[in-house]
Amino acid sequence: MAFWNEEIETMPVEDLKAMQLRLLQDLVKRTYRDSEFYRKRMDEKGVKPEDIRTLDDIRKLPFMKKTDLRDHYPDGLFVRPYDDLVRVHVSSGTTGKPTVVGYTQKDLDNWSESLARGMTSFGMTRKDMLENSHGYGLFTGGLGVHAAGERIGATVLPTGTGNTNRQIDLMCDLPVTVMAGTPSYLFHIADVCDQRGVDIRRDTKVRKAIAGGEPWSESMRKKLEDRTGIKAYNCYGASEFSGPMFLECEEQAGVHIWADLCLIEILDDNDEPVKDGERGAIVVTMLQKEAFPLIRYRIGDISSLEWGVCKCGRTHPRLQRLSGRTDDMLVVRGINVFPSQIEAVIGEMPFLSPFYHLTLDNKNYMDRLVVEAELNEESLTEDMVELTKMANQLDRRLKEILNIKAEVKLVLPGTLERFEGKSKHVTDNRKYE
Amino acid sequence: MTIITQLSIFVKNEPGAFASISGILKECGINLKAFNIAESSGFGVLRAIADNPKEAYATLKDRNIIVKLTDVIAVPMQDQPGGLYEVGKVFGDAGINIEYAYAYAGVKGPAVFFRVDDPASAISALEKEGFRTLSESDL
Repeated sequence: MAFWNEEIETMPVEDLKAMQLRLLQDLVKRTYRDSEFYRKRMDEKGVKPEDIRTLDDIRKLPFMKKTDLRDHYPDGLFVRPYDDLVRVHVSSGTTGKPTVVGYTQKDLDNWSESLARGMTSFGMTRKDMLENSHGYGLFTGGLGVHAAGERIGATVLPTGTGNTNRQIDLMCDLPVTVMAGTPSYLFHIADVCDQRGVDIRRDTKVRKAIAGGEPWSESMRKKLEDRTGIKAYNCYGASEFSGPMFLECEEQAGVHIWADLCLIEILDDNDEPVKDGERGAIVVTMLQKEAFPLIRYRIGDISSLEWGVCKCGRTHPRLQRLSGRTDDMLVVRGINVFPSQIEAVIGEMPFLSPFYHLTLDNKNYMDRLVVEAELNEESLTEDMVELTKMANQLDRRLKEILNIKAEVKLVLPGTLERFEGKSKHVTDNRKYE
Repeated sequence: MTIITQLSIFVKNEPGAFASISGILKECGINLKAFNIAESSGFGVLRAIADNPKEAYATLKDRNIIVKLTDVIAVPMQDQPGGLYEVGKVFGDAGINIEYAYAYAGVKGPAVFFRVDDPASAISALEKEGFRTLSESDL
């Protein structure tokens, strides 16, 4: 069993928790000093940095929410000047406002450290070649996985998203051993391989994959593994944490949350901690982040956390599969989508009524998002050229805001269902089995 | 100006929609001389020449059908090879853009209904070349 950082990864739990307390105290102290936003929040709750005496005292601290990020767009929550930052990533936010995340060099180092430990934990080494199908650019997936791959000395093939045929050609022609991508994209690759008569077991050396960015089930994983011979390891993260951060070890028993980097609380509906292994809302504190501190952040995911030494020997807790959301966020092909973002785009279009409906399905495990929007009476026309123009305008703007392609359907005035009170805008027909 | 009024009847794009709208036309006693069907991603349009378009329009509105009136022109043509070309050439030479067209066998000989971007110029171009356009009473 190889380790990237054996001392920390196998540190006794009591020592780990002592380290977490020290890091938490330091984090709260410096954030109280440097962040006007968080100081105000703490003052409102009547809590001072010195009140954090035990790990349990974290419960005295105020929460951070996605809306806080939106309200302080673009960089109001950064506590370091741009001179200290070496990179900025931008991801889609809740209501048309994106989330901007800044990194110091140490933030980038901790990010790749986290993934380097994870990659090593499922057996990846410098001998591997990693084909990275995550999007490069503003999205954190591409560059995050890329840097960690290089850090462990593996050879990284930065294919990015799209052009599946070329990705498959390269899988066949180069000694690629590990893939990284969303589960739905890995299924798509398997489909295209079938169509082309490419047998992944025979024609490629790919045997492992890092699969993350969207929820999937154990039975889907089994199907992918049986079909392709690729063992898939789950990945968890979010741009607010830094990016994709935590991976499963070769036991595939949940992603190891490195306790020196991240403290995860699992809370019930009354914000009380649940028992070890029980499900609840994930609340994240990033213990070492510098540029953009994240303390008690309600990420909105639901899962459970298990302490207890893993069969692999690591002492850090394991986060189980995500089993839902605390809000209406949808994850579509690995990208977070809020119905409110779509609503805002529809509001911009002078030819649409405010009514819309979203339908999701995942035939062949590829997510499809259909946006039905209603034309208003004045804009309804039988002119197909005009209709296509309007549909394209909506289509382009949605792509700009959501960063994914949706299928747009303009429907007749008055035909979408009107609901009393809270509208039910989403029909999610996706199946994960 | 011999403009023909066409009904543009909007229907949902789903199985049974055509049966439903044709049933309503039957119940309302609306007879169609010619029609075509076009579809966008979210709905279909039944474009139809009715015996009495204004009255049909009001009747359908009363039934909560989404319907609009659209101007088209009807051009009679020779029932032989090249008949369509003669008309098409006039439009082409005059720079008239055709949005859509559909044929009508007609009691007094064949004709084609055209939806063009500029009906007035289309009619004058046709007349200059010796073509006439039909009025509703000619149909």
